Amino acid sequence: MLPVLDEELIRHRIAKRIALDLENGSVVNLGIGIPTLVSDYIPEGVDVVFQTENGVVGAGPKPETTDWRFIGAGGRCLTIIPGGSLVASDTSFGLIRGGHLDATVLGALEVDQEGNLANWMVPGKMVPGMGGAMDLVTGARRVIIATTHVTKKGAPKIIPSCTLPLTGMAVVDTVVTEFALFRFVDGELTLFEIAPEVTVEDIKANTTAQFTVSPDLATMKGCDL
Amino acid sequence: MPITVIKPVVSATEAISYVKDGASVMVGGFNYGGVPYTLIEALCKAGTKDLHLIANDTVYADDRHPKGVGHGSLVVNGQVKKVTASHVGLNKETQRQYNQGTLELELVPQGTFVERIRAGGFGLGGFLTPTGVGTVVEEGKQIIEVEGKRYILELPLRADVALIKGHRADRYGNLTYYGTNRNFNPAMATAADLVIAEVDSVVEQGDLDPNEIVTSGIVVDILVLKGDSFYATRT
Repeated sequence: MLPVLDEELIRHRIAKRIALDLENGSVVNLGIGIPTLVSDYIPEGVDVVFQTENGVVGAGPKPETTDWRFIGAGGRCLTIIPGGSLVASDTSFGLIRGGHLDATVLGALEVDQEGNLANWMVPGKMVPGMGGAMDLVTGARRVIIATTHVTKKGAPKIIPSCTLPLTGMAVVDTVVTEFALFRFVDGELTLFEIAPEVTVEDIKANTTAQFTVSPDLATMKGCDL
Repeated sequence: MPITVIKPVVSATEAISYVKDGASVMVGGFNYGGVPYTLIEALCKAGTKDLHLIANDTVYADDRHPKGVGHGSLVVNGQVKKVTASHVGLNKETQRQYNQGTLELELVPQGTFVERIRAGGFGLGGFLTPTGVGTVVEEGKQIIEVEGKRYILELPLRADVALIKGHRADRYGNLTYYGTNRNFNPAMATAADLVIAEVDSVVEQGDLDPNEIVTSGIVVDILVLKGDSFYATRT
């Protein structure tokens, strides 16, 4: 059994770990949910430019005064940083598909050991649509997944082969959960970091995907929340 | 509607009278932003039906917004027979009618959605995109390999009418946009037989700086000043 952590702690821990993984000078798109929190944890001295699919390059924090003519992908008001710019949706997706984004951070319903991602529908139950996710996983240089390690019912989300309709094929670069950080190295899912509360055996017991353990296995960064 | 160089500024009710039952209607906007709310309110009031709604999303319809927000209301009112969109997750009524089998739903990745509209307005026969390769999106479509990489052939999308939201217009129909309200509006302005623009203000020709104009007036047919409803005034 995995330890039970506070739901807010889980969200912020995942967001913080991903924030520490973003390179100085990178252009990054954040999906809705946990990914939105990533911008709160960018370390001092690191410059990251946040892009939103609806047309902001250089999205900043929530404004002090609400102006609904400036919103982000989740429909909340935002500011534009000095030096930021506005583009139309066709240009925004040109930037996304055209390889001009260093990374995108997205949630997941399932991730598998081939790097496939499913995060946009559950047939017969939930048909929200893919929004911009399929373009993001196709165009961004790195696809970073922010997800709880298991479902609410305790079923693994990092599995041998996705069962739900795919968002993208062999697109995932990094997976961060509240307990582990995996990276794909030469196409192989590899465990690099684990949270202080768990052992590699705990991760193995709750991850049905095949993975190797990096010889440099370390304690997960950013767990000091 | 006669085509003129000086564009008519009419009421939303008159502008919407040109939208007929069964029309395909593009509506600008992303989530709350850049939706031509006044035109949509008039379209709801007119009760025009069997519409093919082409919009990025169907805004909101949920317990907090039971009548729907923006063009989400067209779905709630049962005026829509088909939706082409990238995301409908915030409009429970779109999902309910689709699951019930009374609404046709075509989901398109957002970048493909806007590029299909751009192709429709820019005279292209389609385009090749890597988005959706290996997913259900490629089903029934032609796959073309270019230099060893697989692409989906996506086809252009046009509409009978486009309802768009601009910031300022001059009487030639030239448009500027404000903030994130720009989104799909400039692309849609090129891809419909009749383009109706709701704007915050109309100025005389020559009063807009050509450097700031995003949509050329030659594609815009009718201008409507925004109304004073809650959503129309805040966007």
